[in-house]
Amino acid sequence: MRLLIKNARLIDPANKLDKHGDLCIAEGKIISIVEPTKDFSADRIIDADGKIVCPGLVDLCARMREPGQVHKATIASESYAAASSGITSICCPPDTRPVVDTAAVAELIQQRAESVNMLRIFPLGALTHGLQGERLAEMMALKRAGCVGVSNAYTDITNTDVLRHALEYADSCKMPVFIQAENHYLGASGNAHEGAISSRLGLSPIPETAETIAVSQALLLIEQIGGRVHFCRLSSARSIALIKEAKAAGLPVTADVGICHLHLTEMDVDSYNVNCHLRPPLRSQRDKEALCQGIVTGDIDAICSDHQPHDADAKASPFGETEAGASSIELLLPLALDLVNKKIISLGEAIACLTSKPAAILGLDCGTLSPGKTADLAIIDPEQHFSVDINQLKSAGKNTPFNGWELTGLVTHTYFKGQSVFERKVQKL
Amino acid sequence: MTSNNIQLDNNGRLKHFLTTEGLSKNLLLDILDHAESFAGVGDRAVKKVPLLRGKTIVNLFFEPSTRTLTTFELAAKRLSADVLNINIAQSSTSKGESLQDTLQTLEAMHCDMFVVRHGTSGAAHFMAKNVSSNVRIINAGDGNHAHPTQAMLDMFTIRRHKPDFSSLKVAIVGDVLHSRVARSEIHALTTLGVNEVRIIAPRTLVPAKAENLGVHVFNELEEGLEDVDVIIMLRLQHERMRSALLPSEKEYFHSYGLNEAKLKVAKEDAIVMHPGPINRGVEIDSQIADGKRSVILQQVSHGIAIRMAVMTMSMGSLTEREEDQS
Repeated sequence: MRLLIKNARLIDPANKLDKHGDLCIAEGKIISIVEPTKDFSADRIIDADGKIVCPGLVDLCARMREPGQVHKATIASESYAAASSGITSICCPPDTRPVVDTAAVAELIQQRAESVNMLRIFPLGALTHGLQGERLAEMMALKRAGCVGVSNAYTDITNTDVLRHALEYADSCKMPVFIQAENHYLGASGNAHEGAISSRLGLSPIPETAETIAVSQALLLIEQIGGRVHFCRLSSARSIALIKEAKAAGLPVTADVGICHLHLTEMDVDSYNVNCHLRPPLRSQRDKEALCQGIVTGDIDAICSDHQPHDADAKASPFGETEAGASSIELLLPLALDLVNKKIISLGEAIACLTSKPAAILGLDCGTLSPGKTADLAIIDPEQHFSVDINQLKSAGKNTPFNGWELTGLVTHTYFKGQSVFERKVQKL
Repeated sequence: MTSNNIQLDNNGRLKHFLTTEGLSKNLLLDILDHAESFAGVGDRAVKKVPLLRGKTIVNLFFEPSTRTLTTFELAAKRLSADVLNINIAQSSTSKGESLQDTLQTLEAMHCDMFVVRHGTSGAAHFMAKNVSSNVRIINAGDGNHAHPTQAMLDMFTIRRHKPDFSSLKVAIVGDVLHSRVARSEIHALTTLGVNEVRIIAPRTLVPAKAENLGVHVFNELEEGLEDVDVIIMLRLQHERMRSALLPSEKEYFHSYGLNEAKLKVAKEDAIVMHPGPINRGVEIDSQIADGKRSVILQQVSHGIAIRMAVMTMSMGSLTEREEDQS
């Protein structure tokens, strides 16, 4: 299909581009940007006046629940939800059931995504066999099977010697290691940020040091042995300071933050709001502000959904007995735009943290609108108001903390490999 | 919606009793006054009043308990209600039934009130949010969060001995970190307007940002007990200790156990309380526990009056509401 998108505001952070103009697409590739190709004959023309066109979003962390937990969600259900938020590439952690510690599981996930054909999934492989933190996973085989990095997900490798060797071996495989920084002893049994709220509600506290000790430990290890590390879903101000320091010292580290942590704090847990039971926990107002500031300063490289769809039963218990995580994939873009509307971050920073920067962390050839690249893109109406309604969520997981929130900015079209995968019906008011 | 207004009906009357936090001073005083009117019932030849005749109250205990369960049962019986005790530790949840399913099953039997004890903080809130509107929930202890009837019976006991709350200095000693009793007492005491609430414990047993609860924190017993009117000793819950919080019971008793010598720094007429069961020689010396300053046994008997008061008030809002509707 040959597509012409006219009069758009084109934002492509990879090329430092923010201009009005046209975009031509043919045979799944971007042909030209800003100035239209001469005599381009389009099958379809979209007038994007007043709209933003940006690369398809790259989400560094979404759990699609396949294989193993299809009662929560499937790759098909979540791909559609993701497409409605302009997401065309997803990285998923290895803690599926079975774990992504064999090539077969990595391939299965990618094949499911290919058959749905709305986005690509880049799996992370397990860092240790069965995520048990004891022996190394077959990382070279996982890489051959399409894994873009390795991670031990939520399971802390408590044996520091194993962690050190895992980092060394991953470096030999030229794979970045994704670290979910949580010290097992300080964090694994808790369910809320250690502070006034957890003390009042009698929830099991997770101190800030559960995160900062794990971050420091990994930083000291790679300072000595080398290797590239990406820190996932940082939650505390102190961690951002550690990352800033490490980057200044020239260590090859990057970091991301989950979208919920840029909007919510420990206060939202009050009255035992189970949809705010997240891991890492929602921390203080000061921490939230430091995370937002980290995007402005560039200490945080990416914003991800940290999407964790759950079945209703997983959240139908007293707070401490519920499963952690929020369904957030289709609100990723609107919630990021909300930060822009509130002038907390700029539009350029938001789009970069959702496209070019996460693509660079994964070493992917996407997240840009450069001519010649695959045509993955989103068209955004930045003026469209809506209120979040759990009954309207496309994700199979209805566990959103944002029900009833008023947001502005919605994706109207999503193109994946030059094909339309999502189009929002125009709502006449 | 705040965590607390779920406790009140549209007219601001007690609906569920989940926590002492967020209730008004007048409401807490109302509970104490109601309890005062029930305090004599146990001394009568016929120990019953017909206030809850025809109502069914279920004591739903997911954790073992002797005195709380017994006093709730006695309270319900003295109000002429039908009482059912369900010990879930030996029941359906061990067969994998969820709390929500248990609740729905029991609701289908048309019970009017659940008295719930559960090991998870927020369990009583969870039930209150999920029961139908004509069912009442009384929290008999949820995780580390709240044990409001225990706190109110302690307030009742304090008021009997020291009627003016505003002049009082109260010290709570021991494992505040794991204590639902302490949390509920702190909220009740600060709401009732006492002069000062202190907590005394080693740092390992003090919750994070405890000062935000409106208390002064002391790490040394003698320093904290100076000039206080009321001393509440907490049970050192061994089963709750994970590890590494305390070196030994012996060292704890030496530093934080109450004996005659340490009691001397408190006011001469200071009273000593303990929610029970007591670990003699760990939190408190037997001489004190059985001595003239101790009001520990009074606490137990006041427990019945307080529970009668709370049950009646919470059911009262139901009865009148039903009348409003008809």
